[in-house]
Amino acid sequence: MAASMQKISSHICQLCKRRYLTFSYKRSSSNSKSKPWKSVVGLEIHAQINTESKLFSGAENKFGGPTNTQVSLFDAAFPGTLPVLNKGCVEAGVLTALALRCTVNKVSKFDRKHYFYADLPAGYQITQQRQPLAVKGHVDYCISDKNSFETKTANITQIQLEQDSGKSLHDEKDRISLIDLNRCGTGLMEIVTEPDFSDGTDASAFVKELQKILQTIQTCDCKMEEGSLRVDANISVHKSGEPLGIRTEVKNLNSIKSVSKAISFENETRSFDNEIDETVPMRDKEVKTDYRFMPEPNLPPLHLFDSESVKTVSSKMSVINIDDIQQKLPPLPEDTRKRLEQQYSLKRRDVAVLVDNSGLVDYFEDVMRLSPTTSAKLVSNFIINQLLGVLNDRKLTIYKCPVKTEDFGKLIDLLHTEEISYSTSCKVLDEMFEHPNIAPEDIVDQKDWRQISDTQVLTNICEKVLEEHPKLISKYRKGKLKYLHTLVNKAVIDSNNKANPRILKQIMEDLLDNK
Amino acid sequence: MLSLTLKEAVHKLRDGSITAKDLCEKCIERLNKTQQLNAFITETVDVSRDSAAETDKRRRKSKPMRWRKLEGLPIAVKDNFCTTGIRTSCATTMLQNYIPPYTATVVQRLQDEGAYLIGKTNMDEFAMGSGSVDGIHGPVRNPWKYKFTSSNLENQQTKPIEQVSMRNYHTSTDDWHIAGGSSGGSAAAVASGVCFGALGSDTGGSTRNPAAYCGVVGFKPTYGMLSRHGLVPLVNSMDVPALFSKTVDDASILFNVMAGHDVHDSTTVTDEFNHFTLPDNMNIKDLHIGIPKEYHAPGLSKDVHNAWEEAADMFEKAGAKVTQVSLPHTQYSILCYIVLNCCEVASNMARYDGIEFGHRAANEDSTEELYAATRHEGFNDVVRGRILAGNYFLLRQNYEKYFAKAMQVRRLISEDFKKVYASGVDILLTPTTLTTAPTYKWFTERDNRTSSEEQDIFTQPVNMAGVPAISVPSKLSTDGLPIGLQFIGQNFKDKELLTIAKWYEQQVQFKQLNLDYLDNVS
Repeated sequence: MAASMQKISSHICQLCKRRYLTFSYKRSSSNSKSKPWKSVVGLEIHAQINTESKLFSGAENKFGGPTNTQVSLFDAAFPGTLPVLNKGCVEAGVLTALALRCTVNKVSKFDRKHYFYADLPAGYQITQQRQPLAVKGHVDYCISDKNSFETKTANITQIQLEQDSGKSLHDEKDRISLIDLNRCGTGLMEIVTEPDFSDGTDASAFVKELQKILQTIQTCDCKMEEGSLRVDANISVHKSGEPLGIRTEVKNLNSIKSVSKAISFENETRSFDNEIDETVPMRDKEVKTDYRFMPEPNLPPLHLFDSESVKTVSSKMSVINIDDIQQKLPPLPEDTRKRLEQQYSLKRRDVAVLVDNSGLVDYFEDVMRLSPTTSAKLVSNFIINQLLGVLNDRKLTIYKCPVKTEDFGKLIDLLHTEEISYSTSCKVLDEMFEHPNIAPEDIVDQKDWRQISDTQVLTNICEKVLEEHPKLISKYRKGKLKYLHTLVNKAVIDSNNKANPRILKQIMEDLLDNK
Repeated sequence: MLSLTLKEAVHKLRDGSITAKDLCEKCIERLNKTQQLNAFITETVDVSRDSAAETDKRRRKSKPMRWRKLEGLPIAVKDNFCTTGIRTSCATTMLQNYIPPYTATVVQRLQDEGAYLIGKTNMDEFAMGSGSVDGIHGPVRNPWKYKFTSSNLENQQTKPIEQVSMRNYHTSTDDWHIAGGSSGGSAAAVASGVCFGALGSDTGGSTRNPAAYCGVVGFKPTYGMLSRHGLVPLVNSMDVPALFSKTVDDASILFNVMAGHDVHDSTTVTDEFNHFTLPDNMNIKDLHIGIPKEYHAPGLSKDVHNAWEEAADMFEKAGAKVTQVSLPHTQYSILCYIVLNCCEVASNMARYDGIEFGHRAANEDSTEELYAATRHEGFNDVVRGRILAGNYFLLRQNYEKYFAKAMQVRRLISEDFKKVYASGVDILLTPTTLTTAPTYKWFTERDNRTSSEEQDIFTQPVNMAGVPAISVPSKLSTDGLPIGLQFIGQNFKDKELLTIAKWYEQQVQFKQLNLDYLDNVS
């Protein structure tokens, strides 16, 4: 136990994702023992804005640069330096707000949030406490498991722009702290949700959808393992019908899996430890930290315009027009799902899989464009059930898929017209990965895999089998119908596995029933 | 040569009647002769000599070249403006050896027009004070009525930057007058003829107050006209880079060089700045001067009161309309100013933790202990007191009661000015200070807060409202000390303010302090 605790504490230190914590405690009444406990989860998500430079300085904004090489004087809080708002970050924030169906505030303001920490050089973080960039949005997302599939809506409370902190590394052995300010001042969008989630699966499904949205609009690369998307969860446990109970905060959830796991395991404010999959208490001394919020005096209020109000602006300074940004909003995952459902009459569940996997929709639609007469259902099934598997086996993404969409369409055509069987089509797909320059029909020809669908040929094969197995015929005719299957199998083997099983079975059945 | 105005010096340098080298040497000599004033924290005589030589070289070049607006002109800069490679101490232990890697925009703009830095001037620690007595380098002495002791004048050698530090400033037994503050060093430098213009900062009166006490012009432009980039902040929402000069015209020249938008400071105005020169003749007849009745404050000395009255009469006689006006919320201004000042100080001082720059204590047992020791050693009592008060005002349970309330009253004070101007008043005329420069002995008997309240009484409402104001020397008091009067203008009407101030200056013909006799002391 002691060893394990030590491991935990040093792990927390190395994480040190800045931030002291505030959380309010409410004692829940504990009567009505009969009712089951329910949890309610709200999320605070920090998404690093995908811009060239930081929120208030011109310093470069890349992950993994050499330590302390992306630090402007402002980032290091040198006296006399002032924040200059990065227009790109505001545009990214507005685009995100629109994608999350939020109301964008025409005027938002910046505040200072004070706390002492070595990776926060100014002693305060510039954030938007009083008047955030955007409020009141919602996101539709899908939850699925083996048995169920459901579409839910999560409500967004607000989106605010704020600075990220630097990183501290504590060397417990030598008792020194090292600070890297590369991340310090990077623009963050803090996305706060209502407590709308019932459990970890629910919350992680939302985070997945959010990731897809942000990646689609390219405002955040959402690499949780690099910390560009970080999730804090506020969890309240209560008995159904009673007010929400103790609110607990779980921080530093840096993968979808940990979001799901952590929320299922918590009690007070915890830091989630990936290695032991348990939550551990974090910095409880900081409970009473008062951030002493104050308006940021060096930044005028952020004014945003629409196409109407922009006409009144006389200043030559560049303004941000929300309506212009709305125009730039690409189709979001939910839009794509709805469109695919309608356009191709696909099942929502299948559509969800296509949309979930980056690049798959484009691949699918490219196939459909090149072979418009192909069955969309067959294409999507084959992509989901076969292509994805082969890609996974070969550790490839769809973007690196050697099989051209044109050839893929031809393969599906061969399957659709019953030139080849389903099992053959899988073998052809494997061959196509090995020899991407050979067309599928050529592979089929070379391998002599073409299916025999000629009824005369098949009738001959069937008749031959029946002649050889009179006992099976009589058994079948006495009502043991399973012998049809045995006979068909024998015929398939006689055809060198080339017979079209559907037609073969039909012929065999006819022969048996008519004789 | 040192009695010239900036405008005259610029002309003579341009037409070649004086060389930059001669001027530079004169200034350095005066700098050495006035060491006892303790006006400078860091002297940059090597930089000065190099720059002057450069100017003379430019002149000798046969090819026609652009003669920059301030070519070959020495200026002094308060030690809270960052200067690349030159120590910027803010008169605090915390930044005692801090050498900034960048230059403040306003300083850069002066340098881009050919001015050079003769030194960084003394001040109150982090500009918190109104006497220039609360800095680690000791108090600044007012050159007026100062008895220079000849023994101290002998063998004064210019010192390289590194060696200039604490001076022996407690030797004088005579009780001398303070220079005012917090930009007292810059005021004393201009008054004593060491330079032709100087930068100060003005948060509650820190430029106008020492200007009045030292008998020079002190101009605080409209908030947002001059960039604060590189000015170590006191109260961001009130800090304005300000300037000292011998005449209003000189102030106008310096202002025009520095004004305009700066991408590094989002609070500077984005409209293009229209450069101006002040007219020599002004029709005063259409002018409406307001005399705010609230400025008849207790403690206003008879001399200052008389000077104020005479000025009002002077305008009236010249045909201007002079009426009494009311700024009803003035009485609440100083308290609100203190609250807001402490809050921003608490916030702005949070960065001094000894991690990235500045003083770092030896105690490295833990990050918290390092912070505590660094901040205890690095800040004086005044700074620590304001940090404590500011953090108290900003606590969640106090925010509405103090900070929010003070912001509301600030708006009312701002409205007061707007209403008066909307009623047709062009400009307000007030005293700059209650009295002439007090003696060091008298001043130091009071604590920093009490004296700040008294000293800033007429000046800080201007910062609360952001409007421009200028202190112009009026006359000498009966005991021979300069009296300054303050003109308060309307937002972004800096030119109009300067024009009226210039008219007044022409009428009173205030005689600058002349320390030329020091040149003859060996």
